[in-house]
Amino acid sequence: MINQIQRIGERSINFVTRLGVAGLMLVNALFSQPNWKFLRLVGLQVYNLGVLSLPIILVAGLFIGMVLGLQGYNVLVSYGAEQSLGTMVALSLLRELGPVVTALLFAGRAGSALTAEVGLMKATEQISSMEMMAVDPFKRIIAPRFWAGVLSMPVLAFMFSMIAIWGGSFVGVDWKGIDSGGFWSVMQASVDIHQDIFYGFIKSTVFAFVIVWVALYNGYYAKPSSAGISEATTRTVVNASLMVLALDFILTILMYG
Amino acid sequence: MGQLVQIRDMSFAREQRILFDNLNLDIAQGKITAILGPSGIGKTTLLKLIGGQLTPSSGDILFSGESVCRAKRAQLYQMRRKMGLLFQSGALFPELTVFENVAFPLREHTQLTEPVLQTLVRMKLESVGLRGAEQLMATELSGGMGRRVALARATALDPELMMYDEPFAGQDPISMGVLLKLIRDLNQSLGLTSIVVSHDVTEVLEIADYVYVLADKTIIAQGTADGIKSNQDPRLVQFINGLPNGPVPFHYPASDFLKDLAAQ
Amino acid sequence: MTEKKLHLAVGSFVLAGCFALVLLVVQVAGFSFTQDQGSYTLKAKFDNIGGLKVRSPVKLGGVVVGRVEAISLDAKSYTPVVTLRMDQQYGFYPETSSLSILTAGLLGEQFIGLRPGFMDDDIELLGEGDFIDDTKSALVLEDLIGQFLFSIQDNSKE
Repeated sequence: MINQIQRIGERSINFVTRLGVAGLMLVNALFSQPNWKFLRLVGLQVYNLGVLSLPIILVAGLFIGMVLGLQGYNVLVSYGAEQSLGTMVALSLLRELGPVVTALLFAGRAGSALTAEVGLMKATEQISSMEMMAVDPFKRIIAPRFWAGVLSMPVLAFMFSMIAIWGGSFVGVDWKGIDSGGFWSVMQASVDIHQDIFYGFIKSTVFAFVIVWVALYNGYYAKPSSAGISEATTRTVVNASLMVLALDFILTILMYG
Repeated sequence: MGQLVQIRDMSFAREQRILFDNLNLDIAQGKITAILGPSGIGKTTLLKLIGGQLTPSSGDILFSGESVCRAKRAQLYQMRRKMGLLFQSGALFPELTVFENVAFPLREHTQLTEPVLQTLVRMKLESVGLRGAEQLMATELSGGMGRRVALARATALDPELMMYDEPFAGQDPISMGVLLKLIRDLNQSLGLTSIVVSHDVTEVLEIADYVYVLADKTIIAQGTADGIKSNQDPRLVQFINGLPNGPVPFHYPASDFLKDLAAQ
Repeated sequence: MTEKKLHLAVGSFVLAGCFALVLLVVQVAGFSFTQDQGSYTLKAKFDNIGGLKVRSPVKLGGVVVGRVEAISLDAKSYTPVVTLRMDQQYGFYPETSSLSILTAGLLGEQFIGLRPGFMDDDIELLGEGDFIDDTKSALVLEDLIGQFLFSIQDNSKE
């Protein structure tokens, strides 16, 4: 009994310590003065995290859009409301699926890569040697990756929504024969820049923040062994995905009540 | 000559295992100081303590009179510019070429123009005899070459203190000789202070001006190379001659084996 | 050379992102870059607002001329008060105008239909914060069915 309580205590202390360490890392990484060198590093990471994630985002977006279009059509047509397909596709994408699915794919594609990369740098003493060369790894390694992730994710989410809506229109208009004018105008009448596009942007930015933070923390504090890195990579994907889904619920409550 | 590094009453423990207990140690300016000892007694840890990557549980470490342990982050990074550490693994950046690896600290800390930087990097590479390899990727190098590149990188900012972590481990006799010569030459030509941590007794005794032998959490012997060789302390004799049994136990501390068996 | 490729890739990525955003804004949200000419609010009381929601459109002859901004309840008379934000670009309406809550299709979204009243010399235009008095509530399906059954009963008695 006492052992159980002790274990709970130990766990909670560890948990709070880890939160503190992760917070310190974030603060250290964020408060670095930007200069040209730094922007160059961010650019490089935007390439690694954003550009290289583009294919998976676009392909996934296209298929999800087409499936949404088909399923939505089949349901709506039995109520004679297939005109609303555009609204259904656009709203579900902009508000939920765009930010969330992009975030999940981003966690799997870029988050795991970040953890593995930083973890390996740690394990092979590259980070340690950087410290001894008086180069702060938080500013040189962590900060550029952090900002690049936060910049890339919303861009990816926009592209995801765009191509998915196109996929939906492809199925609805070109295949199932909904009038294209109706499809787009009903959509335009119901989609709001503030409520839908801007809130979607906020969501994807928040998700990016969480994913990159989790990924970098797990990488930087991974056990310096191959088992440690693989464990850290798994933990990144699992933790980041769950946190994205939970945060999505909270944000949805805050935004749409 | 003063003392560049002073370690005062320093204790350090990791996960309840005490590595150092009230250690006092001085590194003389401009000399090569060797720290010898069996593996697993925390020689690498000692270098990381001097570099401020670890913090002792008590006591203090001074680098040119300033405390490393109590330094603020910015101060610490300022101090580290005057230190170089050669890692046992080399710790080169695998995605960069040899040239870029050596250029890395210069690019980070200076605003040199590209031609000046190139000249400097080539000079550093020339001094370790690897100017011809500058376009190779770091992953293409053999262990000995990698360590020499890492040495060029560590000295790129002309530090006052160079620390070598097991520079001879796993080297063939030729690269060992090359490294020995390099360490000695660098020390003389650049006016460095060097700390060599190693368990390769004979090689180190060749170049060291002063030697500390660590075992059992403290210093068991110190003196010049000749002094160490003629010391008759049984622990020292065992270590220097490489005898398997003696005062320094072969076994990691454990309870009595027979008792353990009986308990099962 | 690789540096240039990197810049090109990152630049295209960022531009493509901006393009996607603009496309979403224009094509999906139907935003037009014509100058927003401001808006004003009108209020109306209904007996029953049915399924009307905040942001439901106000339509005049099918054209969206405003949106529902807020829905509240007048605590004294227990009637719902709907605040409408009207686009100024379509001008102002006479105070004889009427509002009714309509449904798009049988099961569609509910919206407010605006029917402009007649103009006369002594009739003023509605301005900021004015109430529209002539309103028709939403049709409630259950009431309709009830009335229908009632009238069938009446008919069969005769």
